[in-house]
Amino acid sequence: MSTASRGMDLPAEQAWKLPSRGRVGMLSLIIGESALFTIFVVAYIFYIGKSLTGPTPAQVLEVPILGTICLLSSSFTIWRSEHAIEHGRMRAFAGWLAATILLGVIFMAGTAIEWHKLIVQDGLTIRTNLFGTTFYSLVGLHATHVILGLSMLSVVLVLALLDRFPASQSERFAVIALYWHFVDVVWVVVFTVVYVIGR
Amino acid sequence: MSNLQSDLPMPIHGTLESDKARRSSTALLEWLQSWVVTVDHKRLGILYILYSIFFLLVAGAEAIFIRIQLAIPNNHFLTAEVYNRFFTMHGTTMVFLVGMPILFGFANYVVPLQIGARDMAFPRLNALSFWLTAFGGMLLYFSFLGGGLYGAGNAPDVGWFAYAPLTARTFSPGNATDYWALALIVSGFGTLGTAVNIIATIFSMRCRGMTLMRMPLFTWLYLVVSGLTLVTITPLTAAQFMLLIDRYLGGHFFDTQAGGSALVWVHFFWIFGHPEVYVLVLPAFAIANEIIPVFSRKAIFGYPAMVAASVGIMFVSLGVWAHHMFTVGMTSVTNAFFVLSTMLVGIPTGIKIFNWIATIWGGRVRFQTPMLFCLGFLYQFLIAGLTGIMLSVAPMDWQLHNSYFVIAHFHYVLVGAIVFCIFAGLYYWYPKATGRMMSERLGKWHFWLFVIGFHITFDTMHFLGILGMPRSIYTYQPDRGWNTLNMVVSIGGFIQGIAVLIFAYNFIVSYFRGDVAGDDPWDAWTLEWTTTSPPPVYNFGEEPEVRSRRPLWDLKHPHDTDWEYEG
Repeated sequence: MSTASRGMDLPAEQAWKLPSRGRVGMLSLIIGESALFTIFVVAYIFYIGKSLTGPTPAQVLEVPILGTICLLSSSFTIWRSEHAIEHGRMRAFAGWLAATILLGVIFMAGTAIEWHKLIVQDGLTIRTNLFGTTFYSLVGLHATHVILGLSMLSVVLVLALLDRFPASQSERFAVIALYWHFVDVVWVVVFTVVYVIGR
Repeated sequence: MSNLQSDLPMPIHGTLESDKARRSSTALLEWLQSWVVTVDHKRLGILYILYSIFFLLVAGAEAIFIRIQLAIPNNHFLTAEVYNRFFTMHGTTMVFLVGMPILFGFANYVVPLQIGARDMAFPRLNALSFWLTAFGGMLLYFSFLGGGLYGAGNAPDVGWFAYAPLTARTFSPGNATDYWALALIVSGFGTLGTAVNIIATIFSMRCRGMTLMRMPLFTWLYLVVSGLTLVTITPLTAAQFMLLIDRYLGGHFFDTQAGGSALVWVHFFWIFGHPEVYVLVLPAFAIANEIIPVFSRKAIFGYPAMVAASVGIMFVSLGVWAHHMFTVGMTSVTNAFFVLSTMLVGIPTGIKIFNWIATIWGGRVRFQTPMLFCLGFLYQFLIAGLTGIMLSVAPMDWQLHNSYFVIAHFHYVLVGAIVFCIFAGLYYWYPKATGRMMSERLGKWHFWLFVIGFHITFDTMHFLGILGMPRSIYTYQPDRGWNTLNMVVSIGGFIQGIAVLIFAYNFIVSYFRGDVAGDDPWDAWTLEWTTTSPPPVYNFGEEPEVRSRRPLWDLKHPHDTDWEYEG
């Protein structure tokens, strides 16, 4: 094996830098997840107005403004959090991270209240009509991703509070943050399709 | 390179102690445990390949049963219900439990070695992916025991494409269809994990000097395949979620009674299903890209064109799915679009075929088993492409849709191209993985029997299709004029079965009695042949460094290196 470098004097000293495997892996996962969401979004759009019975989106859906503001702001707080850990400011890191989780939880609480109202007051379940089927599937798929993201962030927060998440792990946190940004971007699409176009 | 000369190859890391005295029952358990918990890319690659070969034999046996049933008219060897289960399981198994895992097995074993890495980017994700795939397969086959209504045995019988509304609870009671959907979701997660892993490995783990345009074409094509897999397997997972929502939660995605559309399933399935063909065939190209140059003693012709054509195929393949749907009644504009986009596939694949021929042209061809299979692949893939262009013409498709002509066409791709390349790859890398050569004599028997059986079966199927025999029928009347041809098809199937058994025998016996291979038995040029056979756990003693597309050629010919010529 030592012969492997024989006759290779030229570019050895040049910098050999490759992208971080965590980021590449997460970006690949995001591409795959985007295709998954695309299918559900296409199904939602295709079935708009095709339900044979009520209730219709216009009758029962209310635009979740507070939840949306919270979720979109959490992209800002997690970015501050990333910035803090890169510069080793661990208390700021934990603070911004806790704010991110809080905003995510408020969003999920909004969804829970919305679903409770839809199911109990309006009688809309996943089997009521096509709107119910596509609505709960698409919004539920997104909510699943929010919960997954919140779980990962909570694990990091607990570790950070126990001083077990050193600044040297900033790269790993950046990968989780990438996922969180993706979840936010998907919400922009879901929001547009469900509450703007579909209503 | 190691200069060790010994009678015995190094054992595969983690194989059982060959000395009987030192082998005890605890040692056996430890050995089993070490394979179950392994995160080594080479051992996971071997697990993938053994798993797939096992299911190749299972699904091959199902095909033989199908052919016995169809050999003569009005046969009662299988009932209609069992026949439906067998063709569903044959298709599903071959695509998801044989094709995908074996090709990812090759990637697992070879890609890190070719790019001079010590392992995949995420070794534990790699193990998780394998076991998800493995349990997906077990789940699918468990349906034979527990898939029926009220605990009775059954198996999925809805066809591998499982068109709605046949999959609705009303028409498919029992759990067989659920096992089918769940198995594909579980193994789909495994596939997604592997694709992510391969992409991260190729982008982030290359050794010094291995720029993207110096990567072996095998690795390049796996990068393309994995990218395509990301956007191919996930739509299937989405559609399976919808199917389960319909079946379990009373949803209406594919329920026409409530305004849903059965056609949506067909679209979603083929949005997965057509790119899936390229997910399977691009690795076959990858294998041919390694073997054809080495056995022609020439560097690959048109390396940049090969890369560009592969990326081109990836993009074109995402826009052709509805050519499976010409008969469902789309608008003429839609039909025309999918006719033209399908024909477009012929351009990048044509470039590839010309490049392979140009590589062989003027070379000193060595007709050893891996090369024989690649030559068979070249010829058969060309024919498969030509019948593909015939079927891409919508009116022609209206005539031939759902006939044996279509079956013949896609088996020409799946067997004639993909399985041939898989065999070529197994013969080619077997010495690297085990340290032993597979028997050349048995290999030639395998090749010739398989190629003859293949042509007897699948050439004849084209005629049956033109004569109007539809697919998925369990029997036919004797006055249709299909009797002789069906018998011929079945005989060819048996010849292929014998060939595969010879291969299985060769595969097992060569491990114990094959000639010792040495590090580089084929006089090849890529990095996996610089390390020992089998490679040590850490692959390379020191990280290799490359300056051209053929690093091992540069080592062997220090006064005539490739990097003096490559741009």
